[in-house]
Amino acid sequence: MAESRFLYVIYIRTTPEKLWQALIDPEFTRQYWCETRQESTWTPGAPWQILRPDGRVADSGEILEIEPHRRLVLSWQNQFVPEMREEGSSRLTYELEPVGSSVKLTVIHEMDRPDSKLIDGVSNGWPHILCSLKSLLETGESLDETRRWPEGV
Amino acid sequence: MDIVFKALADPGRRLLLDRLRDQNGQTLGQLCEHLEMSRQAVSRHLRLLEQANLVAVLWRGREKWHYLNPMPIHEIAERWIGKFERQRVQALHQLKQALEGETDG
Repeated sequence: MAESRFLYVIYIRTTPEKLWQALIDPEFTRQYWCETRQESTWTPGAPWQILRPDGRVADSGEILEIEPHRRLVLSWQNQFVPEMREEGSSRLTYELEPVGSSVKLTVIHEMDRPDSKLIDGVSNGWPHILCSLKSLLETGESLDETRRWPEGV
Repeated sequence: MDIVFKALADPGRRLLLDRLRDQNGQTLGQLCEHLEMSRQAVSRHLRLLEQANLVAVLWRGREKWHYLNPMPIHEIAERWIGKFERQRVQALHQLKQALEGETDG
């Protein structure tokens, strides 16, 4: 295939409203996403960035589509690993769909080029972040391994 | 969680997951290439893997693409591998890989 993509699906016992808030509210995201901070006004076309705990920009892009509690698509370009940065923009999609007493969260991260280093790199990180997000919403506590920015990165 | 273990209990289904690990995002036709299994058997296995959420699908036009979804296995690991054991388990796994090569069944 001429593109790189992964697709993760996780079921979380919560409501679409709570999950949506957990995906974009910095007070939630820092707990399950290694102390990072996302900044955006969350409107179509608005810039978006995610900052490392030391304040440097990790990744940035813009909001491509936003439909609260249902769907969010943003462009995503790495800013701190030169070989990933030069690959250009990838695309991240969140889809939320209520299923019984849970919400099915689909996360698609893709780039229109084969063998993307960025997609390969983030595909290892996402399962930890998503499991931790689930734990935070279902038990009130995120997972230990995602509460701090990894050393040496 | 029962269905995850049931799905993983079959060598044919594990083979399909291995194929997706090698190349993520494949159609039924692509997955059937170079396999001893019939198309019907592959299709049946994929359905169960999908029910267990070990395979996630993406429709593009009339084509159905299959992706390896590690989330259920990750949740199982989180449940039984405690935070203090993680590094030791990983060290042992690396040792095993170094000694045996990457050919775990």
